[in-house]
Amino acid sequence: MGDEKPKFLIKGGKRLDGRKPEDVRPIQIKMGVVPNADGSAEVIFGKTRVIATVYGPRELHPRHQVINERARVRVRYDMMTFSVEDRKRPGPGRRETEISKVLAEALTRVVITEKYPTRAIDVFVTVVQADASTRVAGLNAASLALADAGIPMRDLVVSLSFGKSYDEKGQGHMVVDLEKEEDNWGMGDIAYAVAPALGEVLLLQMDGDVTLEEFKKGKTMADKAALEIYEMQKRALKARYEEGSK
Amino acid sequence: MSENVENRQLVVPGKILAKGMEFLPGDGAYRDQDEIRASVLGLVNFKGRAIKVIPLNGKYLPKRDDPVIGIITEVGYNSWNLDINATYTARMLVGDASDRYIDTNRHKLASVFGVGDAVICQIKKVDENMAVFVTARGPGLRKVHDGKLVYVNAAKIPRIIGKGASMVKMIKEYTETRMFVGQNGIVWIQGGNEELAEKAVLKIEAEAHLVGLTDKMEQFLSKESGKTINRDEPKPEPEAVAEGTEEKKEEGE
Repeated sequence: MGDEKPKFLIKGGKRLDGRKPEDVRPIQIKMGVVPNADGSAEVIFGKTRVIATVYGPRELHPRHQVINERARVRVRYDMMTFSVEDRKRPGPGRRETEISKVLAEALTRVVITEKYPTRAIDVFVTVVQADASTRVAGLNAASLALADAGIPMRDLVVSLSFGKSYDEKGQGHMVVDLEKEEDNWGMGDIAYAVAPALGEVLLLQMDGDVTLEEFKKGKTMADKAALEIYEMQKRALKARYEEGSK
Repeated sequence: MSENVENRQLVVPGKILAKGMEFLPGDGAYRDQDEIRASVLGLVNFKGRAIKVIPLNGKYLPKRDDPVIGIITEVGYNSWNLDINATYTARMLVGDASDRYIDTNRHKLASVFGVGDAVICQIKKVDENMAVFVTARGPGLRKVHDGKLVYVNAAKIPRIIGKGASMVKMIKEYTETRMFVGQNGIVWIQGGNEELAEKAVLKIEAEAHLVGLTDKMEQFLSKESGKTINRDEPKPEPEAVAEGTEEKKEEGE
């Protein structure tokens, strides 16, 4: 924190960490990291690490939140105090409340909530280490944890960030999967989530300035990267049960 | 079999199982215009025109006629509330508790079933709001007095029962126990070598996704119990995880 603005974030087609604009960071997915939960997953995007756990469907308290015809998907997004350089004050603030809300809305779109009227499906998204793009990593983890818990879903959720970085001349370039420097100093960042098999957009948030052309270019890059992440998710889910069967 | 997936294939939510109107979506699948897609992580199962996906994890969802084991949590004026290890709790009305008439003015309901009692019962009705009613009237349905309750993942129950109840039968033969397997993931074991029976149940739960489990369990049980049981007719190994309906009715007793 408090570092000076870097002279460039991208130079000669290479980003600060050596990636090409369309590359995502090394991704790792671990399933079932919290055995006590009904479903859990850990998603690692470079230095960003997020754990999601799912409990339910279970009885919904407080009762006034009950929806008679379907289940309510509740998400609590939280960052660990040690997940960032300066100690993060524990508890949900303005930012956490907002992220919890948008994640819940994105997940409600894919979970077949009509199957469990009046119940609650609780998702806890915990950021263990933050290096930008935590909400999208959290959404990936949440979707995997839901599938792990055996909750009926129309599709998985694949999520990633993209944004506008600048080179040494101050020229903007679209890049995929922002890391911390690019998020802090970049010219725009977008959180994006899709249901890949259905082709629906579930989350789209932007901070900064991006022209329509740039957005379209970034989205094309993100869609391509999303397919890679989707394949990884499928592999991770299957690997849980595959050894020995068939 | 459709052109998109094979029987017993492991699929993830969103996977296309079949196109067109030739097939019908069963449990674990849904229709999205003219495609049938999986909604849970599990194994594809074709049955006639229906395609279902057998989940590998998940809580028990009450279904009519399922035999279950419930724990009484509350005694009311004319009904009991039961925890059936599911997403929803269940209710049992006085009339469904016993074949005999219970006069609520003269008898306390707690003297029939008290809080904490385990009752072998059957799902009588599940309404559209998922209010679940169970009954203890019927052959083999009763309160259990001793023995052990083992909790397992409800998705693994068909495997514990086995094809035509072959697996429970085997465990009972080797351990000389009495068993009842509730569809809700609660297994009651009583008498004989309870510890070994419990171990066997938990072993099946842990290895439910593997092929050739019956033979493996036979070896395990005969080694642990030091017993050999001669099987005159060689039994074909049941390959499918669960065909569902036909073994569902199977009660362990």
